[in-house]
Amino acid sequence: MTGILKIAYKLLVNDKGKFAALLIGITFSVFLMIQQTSMFAGMMRKASATVTNTGAKVWVMDRAVTSVASSIPMPDFMRDAARSMKGVKFAVPLYLGAGLARLQDGTYQGVSIIGLDDSSLFGRPELIEGNIEDIYAENGFVVVEDAESPKLENPKLGTTFEINDNRGVIVGIAKVPASGLFGIPTLYTTFSRAIQYIPSLRSTVSYILIEPTSVAAIPGIKIEINKLGYEALTEDEFIDRITNFYKYHTGMGTNILIMTVISFIVGLSISAQTFYTFVLENLDRFGALKAMGAKGRELVYMLLFQAGITALAGYGLGIGLCTILIAAARLRVPDYASVITFGNLALAFGMVLVIAAISSYIAVRRVLKIEPFDIFRS
Amino acid sequence: MNAIEARDLSKWFGEGETRTNAVQNVAFDAHFQEMLFIVGPSGSGKTTLLSMLSGILRPNQGTVKIKDQDIWSLSADKLADMRLHTVGFVFQDFHLFPKLTTVENVAVPLILKRRKWDEAIKEALQALEKVGIAQRAGLSPQKLSGGEQQRVAIARAIVSQPDILVLDEPTASLDGDTGRKIVEFVKRDILNAQRCIIIVTHDDRISEFADRMIKMEDGRVMEIEKGQGHA
Ligand SMILES: Nc1ncnc2c1ncn2[C@@H]1O[C@H](COP(=O)(O)OP(=O)(O)OP(=O)(O)O)[C@@H](O)[C@H]1O
Ligand SMILES: [Mg+2]
Repeated sequence: MTGILKIAYKLLVNDKGKFAALLIGITFSVFLMIQQTSMFAGMMRKASATVTNTGAKVWVMDRAVTSVASSIPMPDFMRDAARSMKGVKFAVPLYLGAGLARLQDGTYQGVSIIGLDDSSLFGRPELIEGNIEDIYAENGFVVVEDAESPKLENPKLGTTFEINDNRGVIVGIAKVPASGLFGIPTLYTTFSRAIQYIPSLRSTVSYILIEPTSVAAIPGIKIEINKLGYEALTEDEFIDRITNFYKYHTGMGTNILIMTVISFIVGLSISAQTFYTFVLENLDRFGALKAMGAKGRELVYMLLFQAGITALAGYGLGIGLCTILIAAARLRVPDYASVITFGNLALAFGMVLVIAAISSYIAVRRVLKIEPFDIFRS
Repeated sequence: MNAIEARDLSKWFGEGETRTNAVQNVAFDAHFQEMLFIVGPSGSGKTTLLSMLSGILRPNQGTVKIKDQDIWSLSADKLADMRLHTVGFVFQDFHLFPKLTTVENVAVPLILKRRKWDEAIKEALQALEKVGIAQRAGLSPQKLSGGEQQRVAIARAIVSQPDILVLDEPTASLDGDTGRKIVEFVKRDILNAQRCIIIVTHDDRISEFADRMIKMEDGRVMEIEKGQGHA
């Protein structure tokens, strides 16, 4: 068998023009698919950054919330109601809002402000400088050091600024796993200071974070919260909701979906067509092989092997190209969103397999139809 | 034992009004150490007959025995194996793979027989030596002249030592002199006591090499005569 596959390999690779066309088609298509989906994955990671950084198991929110930033305040009594529910170990409020910081040089910079529960500081980030207790100090804020912090002029411990006409002072510098989608710096403070400094509605709680006594308690909590007219989502459900919102209810997600489908179709048509031409050009020779005693399934193995080689090589090249491009983009744009996840790779791999399968299916059908008799009559 | 026994062989295409009787009730024997020509005007059924004899076109009627084996009673796979092991084909247009080297082309039947690559190449080289173009082994067949390509096709057909060698219009793509030389070579160096060679042609210039000639017209055998080449 290996000899037959070796012949198949030589037939394919020695036909340099067609092999190149096949590779380019698949590489290009893989590149686009991964590029598009990884861009989307990267944006979604950022869009859900607050959720993943906070690390709460259950989030309580208004039913109309579609993404973490578009929180809708809930009345304070919800916090007490949640606390007294069965299966709730503890329930704390989280404030999420936007403020305007005035820097030393007088310019303004929008910031995202997260107010942590005063007593527990649940959801606090990991500090790389400073002490978390200092957040209670007068005007204390913790700044997240990420690609956005230079926009606050790289604040150090003790740096002061104005926030919505109140004084603020940096008491800690934090690192978080993911930074946000909107390209603005993030400040942490206490819940009470946040609502004091930032104009709010009468209701002030953006989210209630619940730690259940066990995973088994979550369904019960959801039902109870639902009875009160609000909604409780697990962390994963919340991330899914955010992702679905961007995917289906914003131009961004829909465009990326369309682009991914188009790259698939482009890859498919280039490679299916080239592969079919390749087979057509060699049709009489495949017929001669049949006449000589090659069995139909041996020809099928040859074609599948050729399609498989091309698909794998194109897949590898596509990934490589995409990685290089993302790395290059990062050099210029530090918070460039793309991340290549296993999901992206698996999706692209699946699509490449589909491309190879369809291309070889068309070719196989043609080759199986050859009558060796026609070779004699040509 | 005869190399081939054909009995009552018929093949028709289409049905009713449009039915063409390509070959009708043909019977003959072919022997080892024999160069048998099938001749006749265009459309007389030569290629159809040859295809039925060599196991690539199923007759509507009649039997073909190769070395006493009724080939059309075999399963498709067994029939393919029979062709692989017993019949060597030389096609009119050669059908060599331009993207394989000459020696790789010749090795193909051995590869199909699951021989090891290196062995197959070695034996293919010997076959090329036999047809006198071993020095072209590493080139693409595209770089060879028509006569040379024909020799490569012959090398490919004999590399696995077939009992039956069939050649369809072996001189049609060659100029007269080259064609003649090729057939002379086949008669002298390829024919042997274990082998029967069947040539379909309407080239008169090579008839001097025929041991016997089957003359066809309208799908029927008009006569079988001893050829000029009969020893
Ligand atoms: N697949 C087919 N379908 C329909 N008719 C066919 C088919 N193959 C052959 N025929 C017909 O059968 C007859 C014999 O054809 P065949 O090719 O055997 O002739 P031939 O003697 O080899 O001719 P030539 O010298 O031109 O090659 C012709 O009338 C041809 O048109
Ligand atoms: Mg013919």
